[in-house]
Amino acid sequence: MKTRSSYSILNSIAITLFTSNCKGVVKMPRNELIDLARKATLIRKHIIEETFCAASGHPGGSLSCTDILTALYFREMRVNPANPSWKDRDRFVLSKGHCAPALYATLAEKGFFPAEDLTGFRSIDSYLEGHPNMTYVPGVDMSTGSLGQGISAAVGMAMAGKMDEKDYRVYAILGDGELEEGQVWEALMCAAHYKLDNLMAFLDHNGLQIDGKITDVMSPEPVADKFRAFGWKVILIDGHDYGQILGAIAEAKSGSGQPVMAVCSTVKGKGVSFMEHQAGWHGTAPNKEQRDQAHAELDAFLKAMEDEDNG
Amino acid sequence: MADKIATREAYGAALAEFGADPNLVVLDADLSKSTKTDTFKKKYPERFFNIGIAEGNMMSVAAGIASCGKTVFASTFAIFAALRACEQIRNSICYPKLNVKIGATHAGISVGEDGASHQAVEDVGVMRSIPNMTVLSPSDGPSTRLAVKAAIEHQGPVYLRLGRLAVPVIYNDAMLKDFSLGKGILLRDGKDLTIAATGLMVHEAIKAADMLAAEGVSARVLDFHTLKPIDRDLIIQAARETGRIVTAEEHNMYGGLGSAVAEILAENYPVPVRMVAIRDQFGKSGKPDRLIERYKLTAQSIVDNARMLLAAGRD
Repeated sequence: MKTRSSYSILNSIAITLFTSNCKGVVKMPRNELIDLARKATLIRKHIIEETFCAASGHPGGSLSCTDILTALYFREMRVNPANPSWKDRDRFVLSKGHCAPALYATLAEKGFFPAEDLTGFRSIDSYLEGHPNMTYVPGVDMSTGSLGQGISAAVGMAMAGKMDEKDYRVYAILGDGELEEGQVWEALMCAAHYKLDNLMAFLDHNGLQIDGKITDVMSPEPVADKFRAFGWKVILIDGHDYGQILGAIAEAKSGSGQPVMAVCSTVKGKGVSFMEHQAGWHGTAPNKEQRDQAHAELDAFLKAMEDEDNG
Repeated sequence: MADKIATREAYGAALAEFGADPNLVVLDADLSKSTKTDTFKKKYPERFFNIGIAEGNMMSVAAGIASCGKTVFASTFAIFAALRACEQIRNSICYPKLNVKIGATHAGISVGEDGASHQAVEDVGVMRSIPNMTVLSPSDGPSTRLAVKAAIEHQGPVYLRLGRLAVPVIYNDAMLKDFSLGKGILLRDGKDLTIAATGLMVHEAIKAADMLAAEGVSARVLDFHTLKPIDRDLIIQAARETGRIVTAEEHNMYGGLGSAVAEILAENYPVPVRMVAIRDQFGKSGKPDRLIERYKLTAQSIVDNARMLLAAGRD
């Protein structure tokens, strides 16, 4: 299914696909928005290159959570690439660990390790494991990959922060297919019970998992109602709109005594026309031709932004 | 040896004793009265968290807390720790080598009346096969106290196998002065054969050595409170010097102490081995003492197996 060209610049900046309940959409100067969109595009290009070089990996879900990661790491999170294990840093857990290409690309762009290393993704002499590994990769706060476990670890980090009266915040990204793991709900229950308002999770709600639509495989819907019933504050946003993502983060930081779930409406494969809305791109790497086409589309977007900047 | 204390009791007491360390955090899954972590909870409520009946979540939460620099004890019954939450222990704790100590109580058939569903007979085999994991199985109260201390001092995951049943005290302080993680303890020297035991079978091994002594057989008794890394040198030395080994454990015959000893011997110094263990069966309900008899986890069974080895040696 080919959809609208997602890389009209406005798409990642201003189009609201549905009614968000986000209280304050963060308004940024246009040049700052363009900077974020440019960063996200570079990350998307890395994702294509990582999975192409590895001839395996998960581009679809990596592309759908790229804008959330970009907003977190380039506008919000208190991290220091020169000191990845800084005790007071904000923590991030990629609970949907298979989207490691997006996390690695983000960390490399942030300066945690050289971007050249990304092409070693999944290869035997590289430290970039197929799923995030905190022991080897600077900036990875928790090893993940087995679905459902990352959100529990994020809960533990938030508990430690409360215990130590630290002001760091803990962020996690969950997949919507991941919600089928019972452990997710154990973790959500636990976070609400201990009133972890230093914890914010983003649901990358792209609607697709390996075997098809989440609603066909094993529906976790209605997700927002379930999160509320489990004691979380829920904010509905467009997961590709930086203003809304940052608005939700600002709202979550107000400390309501509840953990916060941003239910992010996203597009699997976002930014690469032939990957968008396709479950088939969950765990399939692009071949040379597809990789070239993806880069061409993303380069065209970068060019459009440059023109806009200059204009 | 008149005093009796369950290793879970000694565990709770040790957590409270060493709990002044502000870095120590204890989690439980709605069993704190049974696992005895409530002893810690009463003293340090601000560092105790009940995670509810959600063992998988508890293990990953423990990993998250440990990633922030804390030493975390996560407690539940052995069956729910090692078996139900096995993959969380593997992926959240052992893979990133986080500082989580699993206090697994109610191991083995001596759980008693709760029956097979609650009696872990496979936990050592499962935990021992995970990279980065250390496995401890102390035999009495005083050695449990030191096992807890060693677990705190060790950087990385530890599985601590503990029992429900009150068991005789074997050690005094002097006997434990050299207690060291990874080192077995020579409880009694002997030259005709070695009885290598762990957990509550250590006491049975001592009784068996007495019974054999009455027949003129000199049996060496070794306590393997650390099942991984196992004391390789002590096993090889015993094989070299006594020529035959009986292993004794309250665990399935696959994957536990008997397997660990056989693995070392097969590669280094093969000698005949007989295993006193559960013969690949589930447990059942009953009084612990009756179950121990039924499953032949007794001094008499050790003696019978020792005789078989000695008889074979005379052929």
